Amino acid sequence: MSFNLDNPELKETRQGFADALMVLGKENPNIVVLGGDVSGSVKTNIFRDAFPDRFFSVGIAEQDMMGVAAGLAVTGKIPFASTYGEFATGRPFDQIRQSIAYSEMNVKICASHCGISVGPDGATHQSLEDVGIMRILPHMTVVTPCDYNQTYRAVLECAKYDKPFYIRFYRDKTPNYTDMNAPFEFGKADTLIDGSDVTLIANGLLVWEAIIAADKLKKEGISARVVNMHTIKPIDEETIVKCAEETGLIITCEDHQKNCGLYSAVAEVLSLRRPTQMDYIAVEDTFGESGTMEQLMAKYKINNEEIIRKVKKHLKK
Amino acid sequence: MSTNPKLTSIEDLNEMARQIRRDIINMLLISKSGHSGGPLGLADIFTALYFNKMKLDNENPNWDERDYFFLSIGHVAPVWYATLARRGYFSIDELKTLRKVNGRLQGHPAPSKTHGVPGVEIASGSLGQGVSIAAGTALGLKLSKKSNHVYCICGDGELQEGQIWEGIMTAAHHQCDNLTVIVDKNDCQIDNRVQQVLNMDSIPEKFRAFNWEVIEVNGNDMQSILDGIDKAKAAKEGKPTCIVAQTFMGKGVSFMEDKYTWHGVPPNNEQGKIALTELTKTKFGDFVELEL
Ligand SMILES: Cc1ncc(C[n+]2csc(CCOP(=O)(O)OP(=O)(O)O)c2C)c(N)n1
Ligand SMILES: [Mg+2]
Repeated sequence: MSFNLDNPELKETRQGFADALMVLGKENPNIVVLGGDVSGSVKTNIFRDAFPDRFFSVGIAEQDMMGVAAGLAVTGKIPFASTYGEFATGRPFDQIRQSIAYSEMNVKICASHCGISVGPDGATHQSLEDVGIMRILPHMTVVTPCDYNQTYRAVLECAKYDKPFYIRFYRDKTPNYTDMNAPFEFGKADTLIDGSDVTLIANGLLVWEAIIAADKLKKEGISARVVNMHTIKPIDEETIVKCAEETGLIITCEDHQKNCGLYSAVAEVLSLRRPTQMDYIAVEDTFGESGTMEQLMAKYKINNEEIIRKVKKHLKK
Repeated sequence: MSTNPKLTSIEDLNEMARQIRRDIINMLLISKSGHSGGPLGLADIFTALYFNKMKLDNENPNWDERDYFFLSIGHVAPVWYATLARRGYFSIDELKTLRKVNGRLQGHPAPSKTHGVPGVEIASGSLGQGVSIAAGTALGLKLSKKSNHVYCICGDGELQEGQIWEGIMTAAHHQCDNLTVIVDKNDCQIDNRVQQVLNMDSIPEKFRAFNWEVIEVNGNDMQSILDGIDKAKAAKEGKPTCIVAQTFMGKGVSFMEDKYTWHGVPPNNEQGKIALTELTKTKFGDFVELEL
């Protein structure tokens, strides 16, 4: 697979969510959407304007949003509850736990503005814990697509399953590079670049950084494999173990706290099945701050330069 | 399976409510853990709903035309389990398994989809969530142009949870006239009487201010409850209805009545014996004969 590294197409992942919702809305009259006064930001306003009867505004009330979604699911509707990452997970955690996860309700929680990339809004709006607190819930499927195409496909696909989902995406335009026609399956990681010295297991925004890092490393004679682990739960154990067997060193790359996210999920698998040298690219157990996406990714050490530094540190080249 | 059909006479309904109270005492004597006060106070309302007012099919709990029922206060599970068993959703023998490992009668209700009993649509136990869920179901039914009614029972202490008021706003804004919330106004919660813990007066005025219809009933008087539910279903178009039901915690057992200290404890054998003497036997028969 080749990537246009110099001049990639840029597209918003949240637009992938909005476009998929429109397709689902046309296909399936049971698709309903909940609004929490951020429908412009999360782009559910597009669905709202097309299908006003199937859009329910609940005001600035995320706990109620999750409950109403669960109630709609009781009647066979397929509700998409959408707001910013922190307000979609942190505020209504107990509601999600009891009324959605424990009760196995067919609710799709789709969160935009996730991770540090939300930038200037600062720490209150940078959800760096959302994957951890969703991943810990039994019955929950947790997905972090890496670009517009994959977000679009994940949203279309999740509607086929009668179970709760958490799908995480971003506000800003980011490179759009995955193949819209390649097979896509929850719980099946994509190996985007093959390599033999190290495996970079990345998700979301960091997949692109891993691709850039692999390209730069190649020029220095280091062969880095890049795996897009879009589904954190259920995680693709076989691919992780295989990579550990074939490349040794594994470095996880994510836009999330280092605790409880991708790093933890991969370490959980390897510690049991194949203890392997690991390292991580993630936020170091700290809150974020205001800044541009690029500035923050550099400051919080979650970019391709940091990936390269860590790879070299371990390979001592 | 002991299946009791719909009951129409006040006498039969009262007798069933008394049987359900006996069942609650027996269940708690076996489990030695669980809530006495709230369940006893709600026996009349549960009987009215399940044995007279709600559309349901115990053989087919997911019947499309059923009225939907949500219990926002999961801790009163014993009254729900006893009612469901008496109405034939599962065997009354299963009432012996309250709070027992590998059983379906979880301390707080689990839905049948998880590992709970038929008739439970969604879990509860963490307070404050029922109104939102009921509002969502009411919206889903309206969207499908269906006439099923939605009921939700809340506690008066529970109304202190902020999410309840979010749900109240949502139901009013979206004109959920197919929704009836019943508030169990027993004036008691765990730490003290509601007035002492955090005064909620006046509940009817609060609901009216949020644009709900309000009906006040005596929640321990069968006729008053039946009339209240009829009025609620006939209530104003475009508005959800709240039935504020004045009840007594521990109703039917003299030493428990109106005492908040009975919120969360079971009777011991001595107390159970007295309770079962006060709640005289009924024609429906007990599910167990305990040696006390
Ligand atoms: C979110 C949450 N907080 C606290 C509790 C603990 N709790 C269980 S019942 C209860 C009191 C509820 O009072 P009320 O609704 O009046 O019920 P009653 O005591 O009358 O049965 C409390 C605080 C809980 N179950 N859920
Ligand atoms: Mg009370």
